[in-house]
Amino acid sequence: MISSSLIPCGQFKTSYAADTTLFLTPASRNWCLFGIAVALAAPLVLSNYLLALLIQIGYYGIAALGLNILVGSTGQISLGHAAFFGFGAFASAWLNNSFGVPVLAAIPLAGVLTTLLGLLFGIPAGRLKGLYLAIATFASQFILEDFFSRANWFTGGSSGAQANPINVFGYEIGGDKGFFYVVLFFVLVMYLLGANLLRTRDGRAFVAVRDHYLSAEVMGINLTKYRILSFGISSFYAGVGGALYGHYLGFVSAEGFTILLSIQFLGMIIIGGMGSVMGTLMGTAFMVLLPEGTEAAVSTIKHFTGDIPALTSALAYIKEAAIGLAIVLFLIFEPDGLVHRWRLIKSYWKLYPFSY
Amino acid sequence: MSADKNAAPVARREAEGRPVLEVRPVLQVRDVSLGFGGVRALTEVSFEVNKGELFSIIGPNGAGKTSMLNCISGRYHPTSGRVLLNGRDVTDLTPNVRATLGLGRTFQNLALFGHMSVLDNIMVGRHHLLRNNAVTGALYWGSGARREELAHRRKVEDIIDFLEIAHIRKAVAGTLPYGLRKRVELARAMAVEPSIILLDEPMAGMNLEEKEDMARYIVDLNEEWGMTVVMIEHDMGVVMDISQRVMVLEFGRKIAEGLPDEVMANERVKVAYLGIDDDEEAAGESAA
Ligand SMILES: Nc1ncnc2c1ncn2[C@@H]1O[C@H](COP(=O)(O)OP(=O)(O)O)[C@@H](O)[C@H]1O
Ligand SMILES: [Mg+2]
Repeated sequence: MISSSLIPCGQFKTSYAADTTLFLTPASRNWCLFGIAVALAAPLVLSNYLLALLIQIGYYGIAALGLNILVGSTGQISLGHAAFFGFGAFASAWLNNSFGVPVLAAIPLAGVLTTLLGLLFGIPAGRLKGLYLAIATFASQFILEDFFSRANWFTGGSSGAQANPINVFGYEIGGDKGFFYVVLFFVLVMYLLGANLLRTRDGRAFVAVRDHYLSAEVMGINLTKYRILSFGISSFYAGVGGALYGHYLGFVSAEGFTILLSIQFLGMIIIGGMGSVMGTLMGTAFMVLLPEGTEAAVSTIKHFTGDIPALTSALAYIKEAAIGLAIVLFLIFEPDGLVHRWRLIKSYWKLYPFSY
Repeated sequence: MSADKNAAPVARREAEGRPVLEVRPVLQVRDVSLGFGGVRALTEVSFEVNKGELFSIIGPNGAGKTSMLNCISGRYHPTSGRVLLNGRDVTDLTPNVRATLGLGRTFQNLALFGHMSVLDNIMVGRHHLLRNNAVTGALYWGSGARREELAHRRKVEDIIDFLEIAHIRKAVAGTLPYGLRKRVELARAMAVEPSIILLDEPMAGMNLEEKEDMARYIVDLNEEWGMTVVMIEHDMGVVMDISQRVMVLEFGRKIAEGLPDEVMANERVKVAYLGIDDDEEAAGESAA
């Protein structure tokens, strides 16, 4: 949204079709294609450790995009996104284990089941706003956590659920390399769907509800419907992301889906840029890589200082606090997120050396 | 809603001496009263607006003009009385349903979607005319959504051309100067393709040039596009110039209604309205 004012001069559109493309400039489309090409080649060069990080960015990034549509675009709040992520993970494993649904079909189906759950839990959103809605979603987090621990038939209870690897035509996609391509496929599809949604009728309705709900209503938008629908769509993304997570780890247990993960999802979209599709992926990458970065920094410092107990515990705190600190710093210094910084850099190079 | 010269409004037909084919009220307000606790914002106000009319509501600040529009658009619910749109009782319907039944409006205090582009703001006006949804919209290609969006984009461009805002169509609405925002709001209301459009002080806070432009757009909208308009406005010059009929509110009551000249000549109006809002004119009138 912010981007509109940053289109370099000299970009003229000659038809409405050309004017409604996904990318504002040919350059940004080329960047995206370049990124996809690099990603396709990644498994050939990257270690399994780095691939595992990219896979994490992938499934968290899908779930985070859902949260960004809900929070960034529709202006609602959710403190329960992790629970829907978890529900998707359990649902996909359950569909596969109990009904023999092939994993590749179970993943989107889990998304659909999570959508239905999200619509149900989104009903209060038709009536509640702000802090009250926050508390209601907080409640859904705990209701679902409780459900996970009780519903043995669905989650395997305290022992958790087995999630089978992906099988395509009898050929098992094992290992990080194979799974990377699966996640990449889902990321591309889900991001494309999200970008399309936001440039068509219902996506505009979400942003209208966020920016000025009273005039949105006067424009014919049913506020209750769109507030609830946004929860449904957000949950679809959470469910698909969670399902991928489950089949990647091979095992799903309720411990992974706490309020802490819900907060981290919020951190991803704050850091990436509220309401921005590409920003979501940037923010997710930041959040996944930050602990790795601080880990590396801490061990470097330890390497030079030797093992001083006081320092070691101080560094451990810093590591824990890094994510919270990053969120606060972004809120203060870059409230529009990484995507805004990225656009500034792009337009700077585009116009260099005439930066007017 | 393309400019349809054949469907000339009532006023022009009358002016040209042609028979008025269809005088049917688009809007009927019947004995509407509205109270906020102890405050009576409106007391048994009734009026009708016919198809093709440009109807103005005037009155001092706090007279209940905005409250009247809010009762019509559904933001406020009258304590008693009915509102009929195209003959249909809409009193119990929500604002979004009224929009789909043909009601468009702008707000006294700007109410654009601040972070959206001008184009998207106007496209939101077409919400109830579009059929694509979250699923077909997300699929975009092959689901019909793309074709539909482009077709409506064309309609929106007609409105953009009419209001001469093509140069800002990609600008973020919240960054625009006041006068342009008011114009974008009008564009958005037009995009709804309503059968009646309610304008709440469309010229407030504008400089003379902007006011003249806006007045011209409203007249053209009425005459060329055949749009029925209800307008609240403080600038008496503009109101008397362009309105076909005027209603005067004071303390929530209707004190006069009629042709601009009739209303201006009304003693109660002179005292109530002109005496408060325009001292010079009132002084001149009483000296005469
Ligand atoms: N939401 C509201 N709550 C309480 N009082 C209101 C509200 N809206 C309007 N009023 C009161 O109703 C009266 C009419 O206001 P309004 O319709 O805004 O007047 P106008 O538009 O003619 O200046 C005023 O006394 C105002 O204070
Ligand atoms: Mg008012």
